[in-house]
Amino acid sequence: MLTSAIIKVRDTLIVSVQEDLGDEDALDLQAALTQQLERTPVNGVLIDLSLVHVIDSFLGRTLNDLAVGVRLLGARAVVVGMQPAVAITLVELGLELRRIQTALTVERGLDLLARSTNHRL
Amino acid sequence: MSNTERHLPIAGERDIVLARQVARSWAQELGFGAIDASRIATAVSELTRNVVRYATGGRGEVTIREVKSPEGRKGLEIEVSDEGPGIEDIELVLRDGYTTGQGMGLGLPGTRRLMDETHIESALGRGTTVTVRKWKA
Repeated sequence: MLTSAIIKVRDTLIVSVQEDLGDEDALDLQAALTQQLERTPVNGVLIDLSLVHVIDSFLGRTLNDLAVGVRLLGARAVVVGMQPAVAITLVELGLELRRIQTALTVERGLDLLARSTNHRL
Repeated sequence: MSNTERHLPIAGERDIVLARQVARSWAQELGFGAIDASRIATAVSELTRNVVRYATGGRGEVTIREVKSPEGRKGLEIEVSDEGPGIEDIELVLRDGYTTGQGMGLGLPGTRRLMDETHIESALGRGTTVTVRKWKA
């Protein structure tokens, strides 16, 4: 069962990641998002992590894979709302989300996606 | 049950989530800041996942307890033990990127960076106990 929410707003999928994601939940989310992209192509995917208190190496890697998968399906992924404590922990853990574009807030993330879409046209 | 120590069995993936939740809220109760609480919860997540992935039957136990340093500083200690295959070369598993499984090899070296103290005791064929501590600033 998918416990995070995926909402389509115009040309963007907004993924609101639940508070405490287990390994299985993370993989379910990845699968659900891929399916949704197949059914309804969009230009961008916004992944909102503002509820997430802990990102360990497994979840970090899954987010990376997810972003790469989104790109392979022709969309852009932007991660927003990462808590500062989580960001610091990730760096110390040794996991830099190099493949992931980030923005501080949902609004800025949407701006980033809008700009990249214009750029492509 | 003592309120300065808590045991949680590890028998599956949901126990990883539970253990890190308990550790995080306890860290906050003790007065650790948001960053330290995140470090502690993440370390617990890495260590308990190692048990689920590598220990015999994916089983083990995590104990979280309040500790006090000789200088009177408060801290949180997490002990994660299993009766798994044991670690042959501890130096090697503390190296970034070393893995025997499907992971990225960040678990133990990453945990060591997140915590103030890390002790590993392991006997081949008998099991492993990893103890980590974080002291309050």
